[in-house]
Amino acid sequence: MKQFLFLLFIFLLLINQASHADNAIPEMMKTLNPEGTLIFDADHGQQMWTQEHPGKDGKSRSCTTCHGTDLTIDGKHARSGKVIKPMAVSVNQQRFTKTKKINKWFKRNCKWTWGRECTAQEKGDFLQYFQEN
Amino acid sequence: MKKINTIVFVAMLSLLTIPNTASADGFFSWLFDFSRTKGVEPVSNENYQEECGACHFAYQPGLLTGDAWANLMQVDKLEDHFGENAELDDEEVRTELLAYLKEQAAENSYYKRSRQITHSLNGEEIPERITDVRYIRRQHHEIPESLITDNEDVRSLSYCDTCHTKAALGIYDDDTVNIPNHGVWDD
Repeated sequence: MKQFLFLLFIFLLLINQASHADNAIPEMMKTLNPEGTLIFDADHGQQMWTQEHPGKDGKSRSCTTCHGTDLTIDGKHARSGKVIKPMAVSVNQQRFTKTKKINKWFKRNCKWTWGRECTAQEKGDFLQYFQEN
Repeated sequence: MKKINTIVFVAMLSLLTIPNTASADGFFSWLFDFSRTKGVEPVSNENYQEECGACHFAYQPGLLTGDAWANLMQVDKLEDHFGENAELDDEEVRTELLAYLKEQAAENSYYKRSRQITHSLNGEEIPERITDVRYIRRQHHEIPESLITDNEDVRSLSYCDTCHTKAALGIYDDDTVNIPNHGVWDD
């Protein structure tokens, strides 16, 4: 019995660890805001999320073009139709586990959507928005 | 009886000597692995699957020649990847992916469709995209536009896995085709 309980304990411990992949957002925010001078604002993040920008193809585009307005459900790539998993940390913790990956997607997607890279303030606002939803 | 035993023994021995590498391509896997040699070699590189497959179907390297991949994977071409930004932040990753694509490119593959793709390009053409490959155009020639471009759930030949239900496995046979709003392809 004792042995069984011990094994069960180990098992639960492993499950617990597997389901809590490290959230890299705090680390990311520290890199964006090393002096602590910026204040990240989820509301501003949300505003930028739906803001339309003229695209190269003549159509206007925003983050929602592919990700949708509800962060807790799947989005759909405007061009390829491929499913994009939710952006909300609350339902998709797997998304924000590597700063390298976060940086890559900010770079690609800011450039595609806005035609330029996002500033530290903007990235932080977005992350705050993802975290609070 | 003794003779049969010897034959069986030799047969087993020869099986042992074949490298057990189902994913790697080579003369022996081509010779003995009948089901896989029909299509194109499935994607085996995790980074490729992740970097490219995040946005679209991870096209098998064997669908284009090495020169065509090298053209697509240039830094400035990735920045404007058919209208999308597909920049790879890490130059190391870009080099690795290109090396993988070249290594398994159509001209280096024993898979039937890869060989036909290479053959149709005459060793000189460098197609800009997979749907520009002559062999692929020809294979889809008899499918009416109404089922592809005018079909809102298909839209273009580029979305292989929309109709080819086993595309991810590198299988593009007619009997695995199911066209949305139309059904099984029966020619």
